[in-house]
Amino acid sequence: MKAYDVIIIGGGPAGLAAAASARRNGVESILILERDRELGGILNQCIHNGFGLHTFKEELTGPEYARRFIDQVEELGIEYKLNTMVMDISADKVITAMNREEGMFELQAKAVILAMGCRERSKGALNIPGYRPAGIYSAGTAQRLVNIEGFMPGREVVILGSGDIGLIMARRMTFEGAKVKVVAELMPYSGGLKRNIVQCLNDYDIPLKLSHTVVDIKGKERVEGITIAEVGPDRRPIPGTEEYYPCDTLLLSCGLIPENDISRGAGIEMSPITSGAVVNESLETNIEGVFACGNVLHVHDLVDFVSEEAAMAGKSAADYVQGKINRDTKTPDVKIVATDGVRYTVPSVINVDRMDGDSIVRFRVGDVYKNHYVSVYLNDERVLHRKKQVMAPGEMENVVLKKDQLAAVDGLNTITVKLEEA
Amino acid sequence: MYDVVIIGAGVSGSAIARELSRYQVNACVVEKAEDVCCGTSKANSAIVHAGFDAENGSLMADLNVKGNLMMEDLSKELDFSFRKNGSLVICLHEEDRPNLEALYERGVKNGVKELKILEHDEVLALEPNVTDDVVAALYAPTGGIVCPFELNIAMAENAATNGVEFRFNTEVRNIVKKDGSFELVTNNGTIATKCVVNAAGVYSDVFHNMMSSKKIHITPRRGDYCLLDKTTGDFVDKTIFQLPGKYGKGVLVSPTIHGNTIVGPTAIDIENKEGTNTTQEGIDELINKAGSTVKGLPIRQVITSFAGLRAHEDNHEFVIGEVDEAPGFFDAAGIESPGLTSSPAIGVLVAGMLKDKLNLQEDPNFVGTRKGVTHLNSCTKEERDALIKENPAYGSIVCRCEMITEGEILDAIHRPLGATTLDGIKRRTRAGMGRCQAGFCSPRQIEILARELGVDQSEIRKSGRDSKFIVGTPKDRL
Amino acid sequence: METINLTCIGCPMGCPLTVTMENGEVKDVTGNTCKRGDDYARKEVTNPTRIVTSTVICEGGKIDAVSVKTKSDIPKGKIFDVCSALKGVSVPAPVKIGDVIIKDVAGTGVDIIATKQVDKA
Repeated sequence: MKAYDVIIIGGGPAGLAAAASARRNGVESILILERDRELGGILNQCIHNGFGLHTFKEELTGPEYARRFIDQVEELGIEYKLNTMVMDISADKVITAMNREEGMFELQAKAVILAMGCRERSKGALNIPGYRPAGIYSAGTAQRLVNIEGFMPGREVVILGSGDIGLIMARRMTFEGAKVKVVAELMPYSGGLKRNIVQCLNDYDIPLKLSHTVVDIKGKERVEGITIAEVGPDRRPIPGTEEYYPCDTLLLSCGLIPENDISRGAGIEMSPITSGAVVNESLETNIEGVFACGNVLHVHDLVDFVSEEAAMAGKSAADYVQGKINRDTKTPDVKIVATDGVRYTVPSVINVDRMDGDSIVRFRVGDVYKNHYVSVYLNDERVLHRKKQVMAPGEMENVVLKKDQLAAVDGLNTITVKLEEA
Repeated sequence: MYDVVIIGAGVSGSAIARELSRYQVNACVVEKAEDVCCGTSKANSAIVHAGFDAENGSLMADLNVKGNLMMEDLSKELDFSFRKNGSLVICLHEEDRPNLEALYERGVKNGVKELKILEHDEVLALEPNVTDDVVAALYAPTGGIVCPFELNIAMAENAATNGVEFRFNTEVRNIVKKDGSFELVTNNGTIATKCVVNAAGVYSDVFHNMMSSKKIHITPRRGDYCLLDKTTGDFVDKTIFQLPGKYGKGVLVSPTIHGNTIVGPTAIDIENKEGTNTTQEGIDELINKAGSTVKGLPIRQVITSFAGLRAHEDNHEFVIGEVDEAPGFFDAAGIESPGLTSSPAIGVLVAGMLKDKLNLQEDPNFVGTRKGVTHLNSCTKEERDALIKENPAYGSIVCRCEMITEGEILDAIHRPLGATTLDGIKRRTRAGMGRCQAGFCSPRQIEILARELGVDQSEIRKSGRDSKFIVGTPKDRL
Repeated sequence: METINLTCIGCPMGCPLTVTMENGEVKDVTGNTCKRGDDYARKEVTNPTRIVTSTVICEGGKIDAVSVKTKSDIPKGKIFDVCSALKGVSVPAPVKIGDVIIKDVAGTGVDIIATKQVDKA
């Protein structure tokens, strides 16, 4: 069985940045395993603008952003396999993978970095009633068909879900000659970036109906029409508010779910809130030497933060391989409690002795909050109280925990991240 | 002129075709859809009923028990998935106990073996997730679960391999009785045959009534279902039934042979014979009712919902046999539950009738075994390596949720009665049945299918003539 | 005096902007947190522009489509002219990021450039 110091599962933005970081931090033996026919992950089909403002101070399209990291990986001479599907990770870091040339094979890793990204919630998971015709696509599948395979999946479109993928596809389909009739959003606010409402919907007079959902699908073999209805505060359809839109396509942009099928198999502890692994300040999971980053850890909105997080994971993996991670800490593992409007934090556990400098703690809020404060408590003492004009579930936030500040607290046993009104 | 034309390639028609193919006979199955298993056979509970539910002395009871007994051996001969997991009929109120006991008696009289009444503690010891309100339960160890697609496809393939012709996209519009024969008028020309078998599912009354003054009436009885993620696979091991009522066996909770949990069906009578759409009311009803027999149903793990139509005849009994006024015309009509279970027995029964009618001789070349699509997941490492060496397509995973390879998909396309649509691939391989519901694999499946069939990707369909995925190329309307 | 409220699309922050105008001239811009926001606001109320991203066919490459964009922004009203100009356009592999696919697309004076590297098959 071949062995590598670091094996990275996924060659998208997270995997690429993690690989480059691991190499720069001194690891020679690295392998990226990618299931698609090229590196770049989901960025390859994200042909729109908006990537890289933080990382490169430029506005790039997805493929351009990906190319920056693919170039790094190639310049650094990092090994990768394409068209290779990882089927299993064992608790002792044996990776089972498969491709046409090598068949099924096993690799022993010292460190593993999970960078598998996420999948989309399907129509079935939404339990939308009606027929099951052709013409129902998740927005990402439609995006793949249009941008990579070169096909039009439909001509008259209804979109459910105002997350960024749905908004981007509203514009994309319009550019390719389709008519997007309406975007329905279950919540009373949109899940996507405000800029996308403007440049994907408003620009093309595509109506956005908040607090609406799809209640019926007509068409036995191909979509013939979609009925949407208004929903009440309980998110259930209000009878009598139904509107029928004749169309041939329904695109669904109703949430992304980290793809952790193989992580579960390895016995990695999952967070029921993020559906990603529970990790500490080093982005290490409950299995020593297994790290996670990017969308498989928690769904991001900006790829720049994915790259930043992945670089951290790459460094941690390098530290682990080089025996630099401190397991003999005098300080305990401290849980970060997410409460009062904060849905979750990544990481969710911090060990002060193990911190390598300051820690970025990323989080999401559960609702739209205006003029609230982000507060951080170390035990009972508030150390951060920052006002933010607007916070929304669709926009990831962060706080920075300073190592010396944490070290200064005697008997630190809880860190709390919460929202306060005053 | 054919000896026999069977209308319908569902489990009934395919079972009859398979049994008929044991004989030297010129037979053809006509099916209006593009594939076998496109009607009721693809949308049901997939339960192999023990046989305690059907009325004593009925044909349903007789064929149910026979079919149940045949299923294990048949699953080995024809290589489809089947498991005898056992059933529990849950009694929630002491005052309903007489009904439970009556069910037990009925089962015993029907010839069902090993039936037992279990008390509260015994039930919960067997199935911890049954509701704590359970008073007692009927335990039927001979109940099982099967893959209905594989069962249907396997019987059809075996029939085809043994010489039965299959004509798809062929819809019978009219049947004309001739002297000693029949003419089937279809959308693809007229077919002459000595005998006809009516296995047309929800449309079986239409054809029967063309031939007989003793009319039958089929009401499409819709059953909505929810399918739960494989992570719920251990929720129950036995099939959990409610005490049956007026409309049938009630809502069940069961493992599926593939490791999911299935919840359903409702029993909603409709008029539209094509009305396979679920409704919000139907879904709500089944979730509600299922919650009464189990505790903590993990309904949030739903990955898809669907509906099937049972061919419910007014008399709630199978209509199987030769029509007096039309000698040579045989019904296999009104095949509602326990139709799936009974299908092997229906096959034997009707093939026997045809053998006698036509004085058929056995075919010495009949091969009664069939190998299904190789499932890599059930191969040993050595078997897998050998397979991939011989055909690298088995090393390329297409459906990542179910871990299905290109090799399996190619097999599904190129075998007898091979898949020509994505749903056809799905039913033969499971590709697209996982938690992402083909979100990931459909572009690749479309590419593979187009390549193998030698057509443009824009010609590839989901299921049905109008179900194309791709409508054109980008900018073609600009 | 006219007040226009906009959302900036210059970056993912989407700052809410307020523009005051008089006689078709921009008098003041508030709400922006950077210079790009100010630039965007002024442009948006007088001469709105957009960057157009799309795909064209790639021949003989490892993949069949190559993503493209307008090298800089073009007048909003010409978006569909630009889309139409890309109809039927195909480019042979290899393609490098920045390769000019169409010069001066739809009379905008702006080039269409490739945003993806496609190697020969």
